[in-house]
Amino acid sequence: MIPLAWYLIFSAALFCIGLFGALARKNAVAILMGVELMLNAVNVNLIAFWHYYAQVRSAPYVHGLAFTTMVFVVAAAEVAVGLALVISAYRRRQTPVVDELTLLKG
Amino acid sequence: MAVETLIVLIPLLPLLAFFAIVLFAHRNNALSHWLALIAAGVAWMLSMIVFRRAVQTEELSRFPFAAAIEWLPTGSAALKIGVQIDPLSAVTLFFVAWTVLMIFIYSIGYHNFGQPKGEHDRPGLPPHGAEIRDGHGHVHRVPSIEPMYARFFALISLFAFAMFLLVITDNLLTLYIGWEIMGLCSYLLIGFWYAKESARNAMIKAFLTTRVGDVFMLLGLAALYSLTGTLNYQVILNNPSVLNGLASAASPLAGVSWAGLIGILLIIGTIGKSAQFPLHIWLPDAMEGPTPVSAMIHAATMVSAGVYLVIRFFPLLSAGWDGHHLTLPMLVMGAVGAFTALFAATIALAQNDIKRVLAYSTISQLGYMIAALGVGAYVAAAFHLVTHAFFKALLFLGSGSVIHGMEHGVFHTGENIDPQNMLYMGGLRKKMPLTFWTFLAGGLALSGFPLITAGFWSKDEILSGAYASGQTAIFWMLAAAALLTAFYTMRQITLTFLGQPRSHSAEHAHESRPVMTIPLVILAFFAITAGWVGIPEYFPAVGGLLPNWFEEFVGSMLVSHGEMAHFSLLPLGVSVVVALGGLWMGWLTYRGVVRPVDPLEKPLGGIYTLLRNKYYVDEFYQWAFIRPARWLAETLTDRWLDRTIIDGALHSIAGFGVWLGKSLRRWIDLPVINGAGDLTAAGTRNLGAFLRSLQSGRVQIYATVGLGLAAMVAILIYFLWVIG
Amino acid sequence: MNGLQVVFLLAALVSLFSAAMVVSARRMMHAALWLVLTLMGVAVIFVTLQSSFFAVVQVLVYVGAIAILIIFSVMLTRRVMEDHGDQILPGWRAAGLVAGLLFAIIVGFLALWQGFTTMLVELPADADNLLDLGQALVSPQGYALPFELASVLLVAALIGAITIAVDRKEDQHG
Repeated sequence: MIPLAWYLIFSAALFCIGLFGALARKNAVAILMGVELMLNAVNVNLIAFWHYYAQVRSAPYVHGLAFTTMVFVVAAAEVAVGLALVISAYRRRQTPVVDELTLLKG
Repeated sequence: MAVETLIVLIPLLPLLAFFAIVLFAHRNNALSHWLALIAAGVAWMLSMIVFRRAVQTEELSRFPFAAAIEWLPTGSAALKIGVQIDPLSAVTLFFVAWTVLMIFIYSIGYHNFGQPKGEHDRPGLPPHGAEIRDGHGHVHRVPSIEPMYARFFALISLFAFAMFLLVITDNLLTLYIGWEIMGLCSYLLIGFWYAKESARNAMIKAFLTTRVGDVFMLLGLAALYSLTGTLNYQVILNNPSVLNGLASAASPLAGVSWAGLIGILLIIGTIGKSAQFPLHIWLPDAMEGPTPVSAMIHAATMVSAGVYLVIRFFPLLSAGWDGHHLTLPMLVMGAVGAFTALFAATIALAQNDIKRVLAYSTISQLGYMIAALGVGAYVAAAFHLVTHAFFKALLFLGSGSVIHGMEHGVFHTGENIDPQNMLYMGGLRKKMPLTFWTFLAGGLALSGFPLITAGFWSKDEILSGAYASGQTAIFWMLAAAALLTAFYTMRQITLTFLGQPRSHSAEHAHESRPVMTIPLVILAFFAITAGWVGIPEYFPAVGGLLPNWFEEFVGSMLVSHGEMAHFSLLPLGVSVVVALGGLWMGWLTYRGVVRPVDPLEKPLGGIYTLLRNKYYVDEFYQWAFIRPARWLAETLTDRWLDRTIIDGALHSIAGFGVWLGKSLRRWIDLPVINGAGDLTAAGTRNLGAFLRSLQSGRVQIYATVGLGLAAMVAILIYFLWVIG
Repeated sequence: MNGLQVVFLLAALVSLFSAAMVVSARRMMHAALWLVLTLMGVAVIFVTLQSSFFAVVQVLVYVGAIAILIIFSVMLTRRVMEDHGDQILPGWRAAGLVAGLLFAIIVGFLALWQGFTTMLVELPADADNLLDLGQALVSPQGYALPFELASVLLVAALIGAITIAVDRKEDQHG
């Protein structure tokens, strides 16, 4: 009973908030949190469209769900590795502030 | 082989020898003289072959050996050059080949081939001896080999080429080329010992003086070419229509026909080349060169070339001659020749250097030949040319031998005298017998000793011709010159060979090597016998025994024979009297000289000084011509025109150029161009610095910027694609 | 407005507000906790979309594992953070602009799509999505390959994380 538009707008908003967090936060962990928000937004989007297509086609339609599964897996893997990196970088440089990791500075 | 080919080969071999020596052999003395000698020898052999064929050919003057090639295309026709052997060039070729070969052989000994090198000898100076130790440890001073030996042979080979070329050619242009090459060789050979200042002055004097003559000759050549369109002998000289045309055409010079004007111009060339007054001044100074040079160039060949030219062009010079009234060129020749003959003979009386006497003698004898031609005695002039070449070459080579002997004495005794001064000689007859007898033969020939010397026959013919032409002034001048000639010749022989030695060097002189004396003997043979081919038939007693071959052979060159019919005993008698009288007076005067003083010096007093100083002609020329020329060159041209005006203009242009360059650099180059370059560099650097700041290394900034750009591109695409 | 819509609106607002707090919290621990709330809100939204399986998975994986991990790492890196003041970068305005722009673009493009305003209705109850999903994940004509790759990815992540984070102090001298 809910218009698809609401879900899509919600997902877009969540995504952009997550984007803002990823771009504008100093702490590396905070950036990862922003990334998680973005991934969640994506998930919402996927499930919403799954529901839409299942409804429109009125036939079993699992592609959206499979995709969402993959997103979950990827998110988990990414967080694990990302945090490991943050820990490792923190150990070397004694700071989790991303802004100070400027070895690529030109 | 065709005789024309042989003729062409004659000058080529010495030319090849010249190049071979200069390019390859100049370090090797023996190779150099062998190359030169072989070239001269083969040229001699070919000349003899050609001569033999020439004398065997009938009507050679009308049908000479000739061959020509087209050389310079000039519009519709072409300038042809080629060779021509007619009787005149055949006899000239004969004596040139002989004298050249003899002189080449003589030079080997003259320049002391085989002797050690002198310690202080330097190229450019005459060699002055080397010290050797003999078996007993004594130190002797001996003659040393000439340092520039190969150069000498190269130069005389080139000279031989030029002379042969001049003789065999068939046109005036190639003759002029040979003439000029000989002038060059004369210059180089007179100044052979170029480190001596006197030699340097002499070489320049010779070249410039003959040049004066050559300029006029070239004018005559040009006039001839422009009037007739050719320079070929056959076309001009064997052609009565051409000759008459030239004789009747009036030239720009008032009262003179073209033939006359051209003739005079050619004669001026001869006056320069054959050292006639007033251009005679170079020949005595030319004695600075080595004696073979004096013999070859200034006795036998180069100066003879001048006489050869006028003999060759006699048809042109005598165009319009009717047998009685001499044409203008002939008059000029007669006057100049006779005057020079007497003038030079007087100077020769007072000269003490053995070569100077011979130099003035040459000038005098050439005057004889030219005077003979001037009165129309064509065959006599040619005859005297041939005989003179032989005995004058002989005399010069003999004097060279004497000088060598004296030098040996100077080395031996260390005396400080001039080995060429006759007053210090004497008694050399005993020390150098072969030289003495051959010199005597030459000297008697020069004096005209009756019957047994060649000079008698030719001189007698000249005197007869002069007398028969009716020009009595010329006849008596020539007779007086003959008297003086005999006198100074005997003076020379007496002072040099007879009596007692007047210096220690003369006592220690000895005979020269065979390579020097054999040519003397051969030339002496010719000096005696060469006259017998020209005994005139009218001669009492012996005339008619031998055919007058020379008269027939060379006389056939003239289209119309001269007036030889009149016969008189007077000139014959005069000739014998002056010859014998002169010889006897010379012997009388000089036989008792014991101190190195000329017995005529005091009695003649002022006249003697005048003669000694050659009438001060050189000093006059120096004042009249040389000094103004120097002023013109040094002051007017060099100082004023060159340095002040031209150099001044150049310096100001240069200064302006420098100023311009500096200004451009300061105002345009540095600020604008350098500035632009620097600006580009700084701009790039600043841009780079600016752009570098984008590479902050901060990932979030990268992401932000990237997304922002992507968003904008998306909007752009939307608007362009969807709406557009 | 029916009940489902109200539930959705509440959950959406809570989620968005929590998300905003996540990105602007001064202290990392607060941010982590706000993140947990956000994830919960998203789980509720999954429920409204009739994918209850994923709601549960969301809670289990995201909240239970990932958020916990984040909290751990926040705690492990806590020492330094207290020194820094503002947790926002100086260039946050540009980031905000970009985010806003992107939001506008996405919504704008979506609005042009004609299916934007379709009403999502309840799916037929007899459709067994989970069974289909399970079968799809393991069937070779389905998503078996991605499934296997995902498991490989997890192994790789596992090994990678350990490798990265292991303390190498015993090997090195510094």
